[in-house]
Amino acid sequence: MKTETSSSWKKAINSGLISGLISVLITLVGLVESFARSDVIRGVFTLGEIILFAPVIILTFSALKSASNSSKTTLVCISAVIGLITGFILTLLILLGQAVDLRVMFVNASPSLFNMLMRGVPLPLGALLPPLLCVLVALLILGIYLIPARPRSAIIRGLLWVIILGTLRDQLLLIDLFKVPAISSFLKQVIFASSGLKPIGALLIFVITAGSAYYSSVRKKGTATNQSIKAQKTKRIITIAALAVVVFSLPYALGIFYTEILDTTGYFIMMGLGLNIVVGFAGLLDLGYVAFYAIGAYTMGVLTSPGLGLFHLTFWQAFPIALLAAWLAGIILGLPVLRMRGDYLAIVTLGFGEIVRLLALSDWLKAYLGGTQGIQGIAQPVIGSLEFDTLQRLYYLILIGIAILAFIAWRLKDSRLGRSWMAIREDEDVAQAMGINLVLTKLLAFSTGALFAGMAGTLGAAKLTSVYPHSMTFIVSINVLVMIIIGGMGSIPGVFVGGLVLVGLPGLLTEFAEYRLWFYGLALVAMMLFRPEGLWPEARRKLELHEVEIDRELPSSEVASAGQ
Amino acid sequence: MDILVTKKVTKRFGGLVAVREVDLEVKEHGIQSIIGPNGAGKTTFFNCVTGFYPPEEGDILLEGRPITGFSTDRVTKRGISRTYQNIRLFKNMTVVENILVGMHPHLHSNIVGGILRDPRTNKEEAAAVEEARRLLRFMKLGGQGDRLAKNLPYGAQRRLEIARSLASKPKLLLLDEPTAGMNPSETQDTMNLIRQLRDELGVTILLIEHQMRVVMGISELITVLDYGAKIAEGTAHEIQNDPKVIEAYLGRGKVSGSRAQPSATPPISTASTER
Repeated sequence: MKTETSSSWKKAINSGLISGLISVLITLVGLVESFARSDVIRGVFTLGEIILFAPVIILTFSALKSASNSSKTTLVCISAVIGLITGFILTLLILLGQAVDLRVMFVNASPSLFNMLMRGVPLPLGALLPPLLCVLVALLILGIYLIPARPRSAIIRGLLWVIILGTLRDQLLLIDLFKVPAISSFLKQVIFASSGLKPIGALLIFVITAGSAYYSSVRKKGTATNQSIKAQKTKRIITIAALAVVVFSLPYALGIFYTEILDTTGYFIMMGLGLNIVVGFAGLLDLGYVAFYAIGAYTMGVLTSPGLGLFHLTFWQAFPIALLAAWLAGIILGLPVLRMRGDYLAIVTLGFGEIVRLLALSDWLKAYLGGTQGIQGIAQPVIGSLEFDTLQRLYYLILIGIAILAFIAWRLKDSRLGRSWMAIREDEDVAQAMGINLVLTKLLAFSTGALFAGMAGTLGAAKLTSVYPHSMTFIVSINVLVMIIIGGMGSIPGVFVGGLVLVGLPGLLTEFAEYRLWFYGLALVAMMLFRPEGLWPEARRKLELHEVEIDRELPSSEVASAGQ
Repeated sequence: MDILVTKKVTKRFGGLVAVREVDLEVKEHGIQSIIGPNGAGKTTFFNCVTGFYPPEEGDILLEGRPITGFSTDRVTKRGISRTYQNIRLFKNMTVVENILVGMHPHLHSNIVGGILRDPRTNKEEAAAVEEARRLLRFMKLGGQGDRLAKNLPYGAQRRLEIARSLASKPKLLLLDEPTAGMNPSETQDTMNLIRQLRDELGVTILLIEHQMRVVMGISELITVLDYGAKIAEGTAHEIQNDPKVIEAYLGRGKVSGSRAQPSATPPISTASTER
């Protein structure tokens, strides 16, 4: 018993130190101050405060979870210790900031930051405020933790919704649908303040979201098992139909700001679908994937731009040529490179990506590729009398493109070729010994991936009506790769999830733009630690429709009796 | 009739001669074994036959046609298939998919067929899945088809590896220590299974074993390798009493002692080579 308490003390102190150090880091990179003025609930709390207290909240919660068998007093002690240590580390930061000028190293360590941490209270007393507040926050978390599971998860969900909607106030009001006078006036008078939510609006959101979460969790428990297959099927059809309607109405319901984000997300999803074949299916790490996007976009530019005056094709005349160019580029790069494995392949493809970018940038090819100025005046697609010249119209074209590519990827995944790719990913030598022609199979993966990126490139060029070498950087390749990793290697729905999370979300949260790479790193590390298989991992197709016996876990009562 | 003939096959790694002028004839529909102590060059010899390493010298003939220096995929298409000493399944694919990859040489759908799923592709796929399930039932893996290969128990993984190599419909099946890591009763089951493969599917089997005891019961002919060279060949009884074999397994000191019984059965003179 004694060792147990001492170990939980140790854990609490550890969690407190970690949370304190993360808080200091978050403060010093400027996250807290940047969002000090963006209210979540006007006059109650700001996003900056949530970010500041996020480490305490998360670490207290996880510490409580791992110590769930302890007595209530222990739990109180754990939360208090975590809060206290975090707070005192912040106090140390404040005192340090008074003694030394931290701004030499940390630009954000300004007097106003310390003033903010002390909430305007002058020094001797103000320095004691962070510990006090952190302890309060930790105890609040304990309070939430002690609520029974189902209402607790409903409450947490409600709080998250309040925070999300409060943070996104400005973006939400840009939605075209909300500009309808009746809705708009309701939102502005009841829900949203001039910044963040109104207290009453926050309460309303909380009640609705938490209530519906609670209701559905109660209902789920009752009826989860006894649904007939037919009912499930109709339910699925209804869901798909609803989803289709939503997807089709998005650009006009949401307006131009959102459509821009959706279009960009669309290109990235197209690229992600392609890279998913190369990396996710066949296991060939390609770090220069943007090169194929560039080749698609530049071919489109060269063939259609009147500015260069080389060719005067229409979009649809140039389209197959651009696809062919990207496909050939995939084969040309593939042939010499595919004998390499793993790291070597990654380095060579990385080099290829840079070569393509530098060629586009060079003065040598300026007459053909436009050099640093890129190519302007690229043709936009026209079908009949319908010109795809606005972001909203282009959205539908992108949607069709994504649908085709996702279909191809999905069909290939469960084909003879897809199996060969996966066998190569799993064990190249054995795959070859099974009679698979490595060169041909790898080339097919590489060139199919290149084709997908090329298609994304043509549509990307048409969207901007221009291409620039500066948008073809290494970071784009990394972006697509991270998308696949976060979504789940080899998973097609994972590409969509990854695209929405890593391209769509940052597009929405423009004020976070500075912290984008920070967020990427954080997301990747967290993913590898907690969910290495990705957000929506690949599911293998069932070919043998037997009931598979899965070892059932022992009922908890048996485990308990076995333990005694 | 000999299905596989190797003539003076030699494989060197730098200065080390891993396989030295090995002659071997494998009779059709037979079960033959290669045994030898650790590091005798058994697996290297397999690797030469299956195309993992090109041999430096010598010829390998399958049904009278040379396959020396062929890449592994071409060897497989000619009709040799193998398993591995340390199980090498496609771990993150399902059991059925592992078998389907094994069938690769016999399937013909290409990228276009894969995307469009024309009737011919569908028919071929359905037939392949059906055959895979039959093969799984034969290997006592029925009902396991949708599990990931890595989630199977050890013995089942061994059987799946054999099933996968059978999927390419080989004429000659090379098994690399199929009973490694098994207890005596599992070993016995595996031996029975191997015999069943030969009797019911008509595959010729050449297997590597480390322990002599295991192969005694089922091998029609046993070849003994030591330091890369063939030191003896014959039936189980003959091998057991061959002084060279005893020396290879137990060391020279013991041979000169009481356990050497050269008079019991003279070794087959044609099979032994000087070291």
